[in-house]
Amino acid sequence: MARINLDHIRHAYGARPKSEADYALKEVHHEWNDGGAYALLGPSGCGKTTLLNIISGLINPSEGRILFDGTDVTHLTTQHRNIAQVFQFPVIYDTMTVYDNLAFPLRNRHVPETEVDRRVKEIVEMIGLGGWANKTARGLTADQKQKISLGRGLVRSDVSAILFDEPLTVIDPEMKWVLRSQIKRLHKQFGFTMVYVTHDQTEALTFADKVVVMYDGQIVQIGTPAELFERPRHTFVGYFIGSPGMNVLPAEIAGNTAAIGDQSITLNFQPQIKAGAKTELGIRPEFISLGREGMPVSINKVEDIGRHKIVRASFADRPISIIVDEDREIPAEPRVTFDPKAINIYADSWRVGGEA
Amino acid sequence: MEKTWNNKAWFMVLPVLVLVAFSAVIPLMTVVNYSVQDTFGNNEFFWAGTDWFQDVLESDRFWDALTRNLIFSAIILAIEIPLGIVIALNMPKRGIGVPICLVLMALPLLIPWNVVGTIWQVFGRVDIGLLGRVVASMGINYNYVQNPIDAWVTLIIMDVWHWTSLVVLLCYAGLVSIPDAYYQAAKIDGASRWSVFRYIQLPKMKRVLLIAFLLRFMDSFMIYTEPFVVTGGGPGNSTTFLSIDLVKMAIGQFDLGPAAALSIIYFLIILLLSWIFYTVMTTSDAQG
Repeated sequence: MARINLDHIRHAYGARPKSEADYALKEVHHEWNDGGAYALLGPSGCGKTTLLNIISGLINPSEGRILFDGTDVTHLTTQHRNIAQVFQFPVIYDTMTVYDNLAFPLRNRHVPETEVDRRVKEIVEMIGLGGWANKTARGLTADQKQKISLGRGLVRSDVSAILFDEPLTVIDPEMKWVLRSQIKRLHKQFGFTMVYVTHDQTEALTFADKVVVMYDGQIVQIGTPAELFERPRHTFVGYFIGSPGMNVLPAEIAGNTAAIGDQSITLNFQPQIKAGAKTELGIRPEFISLGREGMPVSINKVEDIGRHKIVRASFADRPISIIVDEDREIPAEPRVTFDPKAINIYADSWRVGGEA
Repeated sequence: MEKTWNNKAWFMVLPVLVLVAFSAVIPLMTVVNYSVQDTFGNNEFFWAGTDWFQDVLESDRFWDALTRNLIFSAIILAIEIPLGIVIALNMPKRGIGVPICLVLMALPLLIPWNVVGTIWQVFGRVDIGLLGRVVASMGINYNYVQNPIDAWVTLIIMDVWHWTSLVVLLCYAGLVSIPDAYYQAAKIDGASRWSVFRYIQLPKMKRVLLIAFLLRFMDSFMIYTEPFVVTGGGPGNSTTFLSIDLVKMAIGQFDLGPAAALSIIYFLIILLLSWIFYTVMTTSDAQG
């Protein structure tokens, strides 16, 4: 268990990076707390796996240092960092039994056999493969194999951190919930530092205390699920988190009013904006109310998804989404109002301040 | 899943059956024909039953040659399989080294058997061969024409040089199919170099190794051209393998009956041994 410091880390896969664009991972400088559960969230190719492999030592960063509890481990091998990592696709040792697979990381570290037995029996029950312990791993299904990979990551009790690289991709949805809550339970029980890479926002938001959102090689926001929802620091976070994502509308800002097309909205704060910046207004579909008052919209489509309706509409010639309660009637001449507390203003895609 | 049975499928394999009939089955039948009959010329044949088979199986000549064959194949497999694995493990996995290594490895395989034999015959000669001269200059009395041990060593080195590449290429194909995640996971699990080989690389190479083993067994057991060119079966009978003996019998002495009987016995031995190897290896595979 360890506190992880990422000290000005950058990484490029090519030998001589010339410009900022050559870096798969742009500068990361953060401290991750001992015992925290972090989720790295972002679309494919945003650098999350690169960052994870830098932490585990499978990749050496081009620049910067990594510290575990204040000790520089940048040049230590994976073994010496004492990290456990679970990969996206199952890695199992075909010729071994399920039991031996789970015992492998412990035996390689010369853990006494009685301790091995105790740990393996505990893990094998936890991943629900109790009856399979003495079977060869070869004949198992993909999700059973992935459970073994997961088990091998969890079997060591003394690790600095456990890293998960989209470990539940191949597991069927029902089992995903079970395994995710088991991982969470383990986290509470043993207090491992856990880093969990995923592109699934539900997985990230339910798993982690802190979600790290990555986009185009950089960390755009680290925050609690509530912070990411209410105050996305970057328009990307707004789009990416939430279903449907945040509405981002181009807006002219003057003083404390925002003009979208021919509509103008009064803000409850005065954003500080540099001249020449591209300004946008962001509002989540949950905070737009549809009724007979406010600004006019035309409705294009209503998607009834059971617990609520998603209304796709045009507002000042821009598409917006609105979430409406299931039993709410949609008026013939619909109008909308934006909750002023939930409005965020963005300049060049980054949120500008002045909290209400 | 239910299998679909469609007898029309047999028509699809018909062309192959016809080809195989002309190339293999019909010639084989003439051999069978010779093996059970005796002839004194004039196209007159007399029924001989199993006489020729008895003659062959009771002769020391047959058993001596068979023993030589078995020892030769055993030595070849014991050298080429481990050596091939070691080379494959040490070949580069990416970069400019890959094509260079692959071409170097494939070169010996492209050379015809009798050319390989001729190369080594000249190479090993004490009077003009580079190898022969070098070995002789080191004070070793090496002469494959007179000394049976030297003749064997020459044949074995020649075969290792010619065919280890096949094992290497097959193993290499097995190795490059292992995803990087396996090696990464092994690092995380703290596996030693030996464990990586034993639990990741060897299991993944198992199938190609089975093929390599069978091919090398069959080929080495049927060896003919190289000893024919290099030693001619000598000195004495020390490198007279079954195939060499068979040709001597059939073409040298024109004993078609015994030669045909020997051919069939030879064929059955290879078939039987290959089947045993295959069964043993695939059964252990199924059990894991």
